[in-house]
Amino acid sequence: MKVYDQEKALLEGLAANDTNAIETIYRENYAAIQAFIVKNNGYPDDARDIFQEAMIILFEKAKSSSFILSCQIKTYLYSVCRRLWLKKLQKQNRYNPSIEMIQETVPVEEEIEWHEKRNDDFNQMENALLKIGEPCKSLLEAFYIQKKTMPEIASTFGYTNADNAKTQKYKCLVRLKKIFFAQYKNTD
Amino acid sequence: MEENLLLDAIERYRNGEMDDQEKTFFEELRKNNPEIDQVAVEHSFFLGELEKMSELKTLKNHLDEVESNLINEGIISRREGKAKAKIVYLWNRYRRTIAVAALIAGVVSISTATFVSNYSAKTNVGITPLVDNKLNQFEHKLNQIEHKLNDAAVVNKPKFEANFRATGFLADPSGYIITNAHVVDNARNLIVENKKGEQYFATAVYSNPTTDLAILKITDTSFKKVSGLPYTFSQTGAELAEPIFTLGYPREEVVYGEGYLSAKSGYFGDTTSYQISISVNPGNSGGPVINKNGEVIGIISSKETNADGVVFAIKSKNIYNALKEVKKDKNVSIKLPSLNSLKGINRVQQIKKLEDFVYKVKGN
Repeated sequence: MKVYDQEKALLEGLAANDTNAIETIYRENYAAIQAFIVKNNGYPDDARDIFQEAMIILFEKAKSSSFILSCQIKTYLYSVCRRLWLKKLQKQNRYNPSIEMIQETVPVEEEIEWHEKRNDDFNQMENALLKIGEPCKSLLEAFYIQKKTMPEIASTFGYTNADNAKTQKYKCLVRLKKIFFAQYKNTD
Repeated sequence: MEENLLLDAIERYRNGEMDDQEKTFFEELRKNNPEIDQVAVEHSFFLGELEKMSELKTLKNHLDEVESNLINEGIISRREGKAKAKIVYLWNRYRRTIAVAALIAGVVSISTATFVSNYSAKTNVGITPLVDNKLNQFEHKLNQIEHKLNDAAVVNKPKFEANFRATGFLADPSGYIITNAHVVDNARNLIVENKKGEQYFATAVYSNPTTDLAILKITDTSFKKVSGLPYTFSQTGAELAEPIFTLGYPREEVVYGEGYLSAKSGYFGDTTSYQISISVNPGNSGGPVINKNGEVIGIISSKETNADGVVFAIKSKNIYNALKEVKKDKNVSIKLPSLNSLKGINRVQQIKKLEDFVYKVKGN
């Protein structure tokens, strides 16, 4: 029961983007994942990418209200990493059928598919942001991501007043939306 | 500028920044105006995407932060790990190729080794023939004293200085002794000596370096035909784990040893011999390997140099082949004993009956 509570606390921490929780999960699980990937045709750098991705999937899962912890974080991360790594190997034609089953795994196909879709969305938004260029990108990030107030933004970016900054933000936003939805329609 | 206001309103509505009155008004507006409703839905979706992205970005920053902390702490080793991983990676990637290459190398070296050992003058690689050629000064002295003592009793006594010693045993009561080819091949003179110390000159009538089998004939006229060879020679194969024993002359005195059959083939899968587990020493070469029923199943020939208790014995079947060859080539007919008197008696009794027929083979 204690383990369960600890893990639940960790997941809540992760969902709240708490660095301590992230670090604990890293400390407890990273080494095993790296060992697995290195054993199966990978570099530690691959392990870092895969582990990050698995952490993002776990994060998304932890954030969703329907999430119930049905297995240990360790098992979940291992399952996700294993699946992700197999996929990556297959993509690169480096698939090695002797990949080892050293631990129990839980089915994670759905989550990974869902995550891949979300990853695409993420990339689209990021691409769109890159395309609108500066200072639009920074301006929008300051407002929507860093959640800065308009007067703050006005002073950082050198606008004479908040209203001017707001007008500029609006123009940037319209451009961003245009690019984003154009991409969105293309991929659909 | 109207759209500007609209988007601002949508954002404030989404973030819950509107007061109740404004909220109701805004909801009414959306309800009555499908176009505005559409813009609201679209913009909400877009903001949702933007927020998700920002969330993920924050998370990724955290992950990177934690990662670099752990790298600094040495928990995630990056560069070192990479070099190591490269080796592991290359190994994993090319291990099949390596295995094939190793296999080919193995086959080549084994066949080369076989070729070389077949065509070079039969030098046994990795196995030691069990001939004792280190008869030391002390033993010479001992021999001399023994001989002097024996001189009193035994009339016919060749003066002989041996430089090796091995074992042999009678196959035919008229004086045919079986031993190893490697024992006799390089010897100028051979004598055999029984347990009582009686020595007789002998010559090799058959010697086959391939099977390592030799047959000696006692040439001394003083040799009287013996009677009652107690053992027979097995013509069928022996079974794994079958208990076996041997008598031999690793020292001046006869020595008993027992063990078991460990494999049905010998060195490098040689099917003409067995692998047995028994304690033997230089001097045991040529000794009989006998099973509990008193059947000779083999002749001790060599042991693996770098392993303990790995001894090879020539299968007794080879004796039958040797006898055929001798008959054909030299028109000498050797008759193996057909009556076994060792069966069903205990080991001590067996040895008592047996030891008179096991000979020391010496030569120079």
